[in-house]
Amino acid sequence: MSGIPHDHYEPKSNAAKWLHRRLPVVGLLYDTLMIPTPKNLNWMWIWGIVLAFCLVMQIVTGVILVMHYTPHVDLAFASIEHIMRNVNGGWAIRYIHMNGASLFFIAVYLHIFRGLYYGSYKAPREVTWIIGMLIYLLMMATGFLGYVLPWGQMSFWGATVITGLFGAIPFVGEAIQTWLLGGPAVDNATLNRFLSLHFLLPFVIAGLVVVHIWAFHHTGNNNPTGVDVRKSSRKEAEADTLPFWPYFVIKDVFALAVVLVAFFAVVGFMPNFLGHPDNYIEANPMVTPAHIVPEWYYLPFYAILRAFDGEVWVVIWASWLTGGIVDAKFFGVIAMFGAIAVMALVPWLDTSSVRSGRYRPMFKWWFWLLAVDFMVLMWAGAMPAEGIYPYIALIGAAYWFAYFLVILPLLGIFEKPLPQPATIEEDFKEHYGKSGSNGDTAATPAE
Amino acid sequence: MSHAEDHPSTRRDFLYYATGGVGAVATGAAVWPLINQMNPSADVQAASTLRVDLSTLEPGTQLTVLFLGKPIFIRRRTADEIEAGRAVELSDLVDNDARNANLPNGGDGGDENRTMVDFAGENTGEWLVMWGVCTHLGCVPLGDGAGDFGGWFCPCHGSHYDTAGRIRRGPAPENLPVPSASFVDETTILLG
Repeated sequence: MSGIPHDHYEPKSNAAKWLHRRLPVVGLLYDTLMIPTPKNLNWMWIWGIVLAFCLVMQIVTGVILVMHYTPHVDLAFASIEHIMRNVNGGWAIRYIHMNGASLFFIAVYLHIFRGLYYGSYKAPREVTWIIGMLIYLLMMATGFLGYVLPWGQMSFWGATVITGLFGAIPFVGEAIQTWLLGGPAVDNATLNRFLSLHFLLPFVIAGLVVVHIWAFHHTGNNNPTGVDVRKSSRKEAEADTLPFWPYFVIKDVFALAVVLVAFFAVVGFMPNFLGHPDNYIEANPMVTPAHIVPEWYYLPFYAILRAFDGEVWVVIWASWLTGGIVDAKFFGVIAMFGAIAVMALVPWLDTSSVRSGRYRPMFKWWFWLLAVDFMVLMWAGAMPAEGIYPYIALIGAAYWFAYFLVILPLLGIFEKPLPQPATIEEDFKEHYGKSGSNGDTAATPAE
Repeated sequence: MSHAEDHPSTRRDFLYYATGGVGAVATGAAVWPLINQMNPSADVQAASTLRVDLSTLEPGTQLTVLFLGKPIFIRRRTADEIEAGRAVELSDLVDNDARNANLPNGGDGGDENRTMVDFAGENTGEWLVMWGVCTHLGCVPLGDGAGDFGGWFCPCHGSHYDTAGRIRRGPAPENLPVPSASFVDETTILLG
């Protein structure tokens, strides 16, 4: 695996040899855990473990919650209160599940921006990136479906607005929307199928996570230098890497512990901070809340959706070109999904041969501007769609697309990259002094 | 196929494509019920009508009723609102279409094409009945003169509708649709 020379599993006992000949499952686990990992990985490489933990935590708490939840429009809201007040420890499990979704998205955004900065999406890791984007899309779908289940006002109106996105598709949109809802409006049929799919999708995500891990185990991890691990000899490979177990497992578990301290502080002391009070009002199809806001993790893309109204020249132009088929509403939907699509296509949009942003002096600025842009869009998405906010969202959306479609392709041509270290070992020594290896043995980490 | 000139069309070729074709049809037939089950069920589809009593509705007030899971706005407009609606130039409309289910041949977005004919057969402009569902993404707009055009305003994404429920500004593409409705006596309308 990974083309990096390293130890493989050798069964020792007779029983282990017997099993290995029939099903090499222990060998698979051994090779997965012992994968040679670049030894210069920094703290931005911990989010994968946090994400894996989140997935398990959400599945476990979710399976428990569904034991006490009733998917019916008359009972759903009350069954959530039943969980909060009557079920033993139900309040804690629900608050963990609720805030677990937020931790999941914090981790995934940091994970994605880590990949964007260090060029983790570049050859040969394009497939890892694409699968990651699919996982991210499924996470958003799962989060949305789950948010509908408590049957509060935001649940109901969020479901109405988001399924309305499909209604914007020309010609077939209305039929698709009715098919998704199971009726002319969000109702009992919708709630039932949303529970079914909310239960299903995490297992699809789990399957894709296995493929995601398989893909980067085949290519090897990227690292902060973006320089490849030397593969020509065992000795050189061992000078650049350390086995995942125990070195990186211990590091990741430490980081996870720190993250969980912050997480449980939120769960314990401010469990509704990231939620919206309107969702503690039962769903009412006759009254729209004064200000519908999606969960914070959708806000940047929600801002892009709202940014394109009928007065923006690209919208007028698109409408004219398509004879009115693409109206402002459909354009907004295209823009929102397009914002994720351009991010998914970044392996082919970035023309620079240098992977890591560390050695790209111009790229750095544009990257950090993108990170700021993401936060600005998130803020603009939370504001009412009046006054100056749509213009801020429009500028933010324009930069988002410009970064992926214009700046990255051009930077590869105009930018003069800084010299990169020849090897990971060299970079490691420069950062961590002499405590590393001198090149002829496997490294002993600093203690 | 490379052997086409030797065996222009064999029995085996025929069986191959016939089996494949039947297999594809069978798969489609098996999958279709799995997809179709998500469409509205019989009880939801069952033709629905609703009678609404308007005897208590004074000019300048409105009623919201739930019909097919969605709100319907019934507004008895004041003389000022009627005048404001009729004064709008058609060229100022974003959507110059009546969007009125009671006009079989359609019509332009003129104010008189939006309002209901009363029991006496007159279109006084007083009765405006429409779906209270924003044509952008389906929120319920706020009424009673909300928005910059004195009609309705959708709080979700800022669409402004005028006194005839026509979209004037914001992301919504179409006027609020008028459902099929008629007066069955002086003060009662039948929806659907």
